[in-house]
Amino acid sequence: MVASILPLTLTDATVRKGGKTIIGPMSETIGPSGFTIFMGPNGSGKTTLLRLMHGLEHPRGGSVTWQLPAAQARMKQAFVFQTPVMMRRTVVENIAYPLRVRGEAKNWAYAEAARWADIIGLGNALEQNAEVLSGGEKQKLAVARALIVQPEVLFLDEPTANLDGKATREIEGILLAAQADGVRILMATHHLGQARRLASDIIFLYQGQVHERAAAEEFFNTPRTPESKSFLSGDIVE
Amino acid sequence: MRYFSPLMGLIFSLAFSTASLADDIKVAVTTSFHNSGLSDILLPEIKKDLGLDVHLLVVGTGQALKLGRAGDVDAILVHSRNAEDTFVAEGYGTHRREIMYNDFVIIGPGSDPAGISTAEKANEALAKIADAEAIFVSRGDDSGTHRKETALWQTAGQNPEGFDVSWYREAGAGMGATLNTAVGMDAYVISDRASWLKFKNKGDSKILFSGDPVLFNQYAYLPISKEKHAHTKDELALQLEEWLVSKKAQDIIGSYTIGGETLFTPNANASGGT
Amino acid sequence: MRDLWQGMIEAFWLIASFNADLYEIVLRSLQVTVTAVIIASAIALPLGAALAVNRFRYRRATISLLNALMGLPPVVVGLFVYILLSRSGPFGVLGLLFTPTAMIIAQIIIITPLIASIAHQAIRDLWASYHDLLISMNTTKWQRMRTLIWDARRSLITASLAGFGRAIGEVGAIMIVGGNIDHLTRVLTTAIALETGKGDFSLALGLGFILIALAIAVNMAIHAISRTERASTW
Repeated sequence: MVASILPLTLTDATVRKGGKTIIGPMSETIGPSGFTIFMGPNGSGKTTLLRLMHGLEHPRGGSVTWQLPAAQARMKQAFVFQTPVMMRRTVVENIAYPLRVRGEAKNWAYAEAARWADIIGLGNALEQNAEVLSGGEKQKLAVARALIVQPEVLFLDEPTANLDGKATREIEGILLAAQADGVRILMATHHLGQARRLASDIIFLYQGQVHERAAAEEFFNTPRTPESKSFLSGDIVE
Repeated sequence: MRYFSPLMGLIFSLAFSTASLADDIKVAVTTSFHNSGLSDILLPEIKKDLGLDVHLLVVGTGQALKLGRAGDVDAILVHSRNAEDTFVAEGYGTHRREIMYNDFVIIGPGSDPAGISTAEKANEALAKIADAEAIFVSRGDDSGTHRKETALWQTAGQNPEGFDVSWYREAGAGMGATLNTAVGMDAYVISDRASWLKFKNKGDSKILFSGDPVLFNQYAYLPISKEKHAHTKDELALQLEEWLVSKKAQDIIGSYTIGGETLFTPNANASGGT
Repeated sequence: MRDLWQGMIEAFWLIASFNADLYEIVLRSLQVTVTAVIIASAIALPLGAALAVNRFRYRRATISLLNALMGLPPVVVGLFVYILLSRSGPFGVLGLLFTPTAMIIAQIIIITPLIASIAHQAIRDLWASYHDLLISMNTTKWQRMRTLIWDARRSLITASLAGFGRAIGEVGAIMIVGGNIDHLTRVLTTAIALETGKGDFSLALGLGFILIALAIAVNMAIHAISRTERASTW
């Protein structure tokens, strides 16, 4: 294995939009292994924090530092959005796309894409237009398209928020398998059951700050703050 | 991007297929000459005798002179004596050679509201139109025909610049478009005879006055000077001139008729060049 | 009304009798306009993509300029090209005036802003949905433009066809730079202008009907090709 991009260090990182502070100032370190789940009420900054780490948002203050320069580090990351973006291409072309932009040979990229399509159950739909897939199929495709580049770090922003139970279970299976292969997963979800099933540790966000950070079992059994307690008990947290 | 190379191939084949190989020259001619249909008879004969492709640019006399000055054609065939003399004097043309003449006619609605059909002279006919303020359409495009019309008004003691737009309308267009306008307005208009006879949208307009010698319209051929524009095909232009004044060409011109009417009188050998 | 019927009959006979002159000017119209559309698209589509993807200093001004150029009268373009290509002009030595090449150049200038402007709109919309994905995948600007052009190709074909429609029906500019020379630069539109000038309205209308039929045929052919090429994509 070549040099790792982890740990990721945030130093006083701040994101502001329209005069409002969305994130930070935040200083955190994301270590090299695990399945970290970001939780917190709506508007607590989960999506923005993931985007900031991945480089889709630029810090207004402070810094976000990987162990390699940003451009090289980005090559070892992948991001799955809450609403999957389907390119106007076939299934196999969509999955193969990230390999193609990395300059991989077409035959090999398409063979890899076909292999991934089999894994996510779209092996018979390679030449189908990706835009007409169901919501669950689209998100599975997006996960396959992220994993095909063998990222060291995989970001997922509420990937199953709009999906039914079957698709959710399939995606969780793919993610656990990826974790077993050594992929570092950073995922936002507001779904408590999903967090219990998947998380090795939890980062609880509140008003743009890390309010509580703990191993999963510890967080669910003995939450330390009033906000996380009421969040876990299903109350509205403002 | 996979279609890139076939597309480029297509572009190149399209671009290069436009090249022409035979001997050819470009001659700017006036609309009146081209509308007569005489060129359709002459060009195949020229091709047969000289092996020369003559490409005609059909424009007004003003634009023909302009193209000649710019060196964009090899010769011009026009009918505006003063402008031609200036053109030669300024050195753009090597000389002018008279080829033939036709005549202008005054056309108007069949009802002839100004009563010009009884006029004896052209200036008298025009004066009647001005007195009656009957609608008149002028070319208004600085063409040979337009210049001729302006000169005729002056011989009638009139100045077109002072005419009221309520009856004197400048079309600013070629002969065909002007005739279309005049027929549409039941207006009087001056045209060369050939253009009118060939014109297919006559309505109930007709020739109301013709025959006055002042209406004769001399065509001259002017090769462009090689001293002004080195790329000019002067030898081919001279060959064409010799052919146009030959007995064969002059006979073709003299025997060309539309509906039984002779249009052109060849006079190359009567007058010669200057 | 009589002229209209005459025109239809005239168009029918011209086609049915395999009139050699007609086929010649139809082919020349296609040759000039198709070449112009291909070259203009090769300039305008990447330009539209670049305007959508890149944020550069004079981007707004460039877009405004493109929109303004769309309204440029073809006659002005014709005069401009004439002055450039005239023997007394800067490119006179090339001897391009009164050739199909001159007509192609004029048409390129007329339709490039139109195609670029429509392409920019289409690509901008697609870029809005692809933005995060392509940034996340660390694509280069060049890759983004290529991807957007390829994935927006349906809309871009429409943009090019709009250019084709404007070019094939254009008469003012190509009359000036082409000269409407028989067997050399005469195309459908200049022939129509010529016949109108001769007062032969039925022949002019007949040619007009053929021009419309040609434009429709080209549109249908392009749509048919682009649909069969990838039936599953859209």
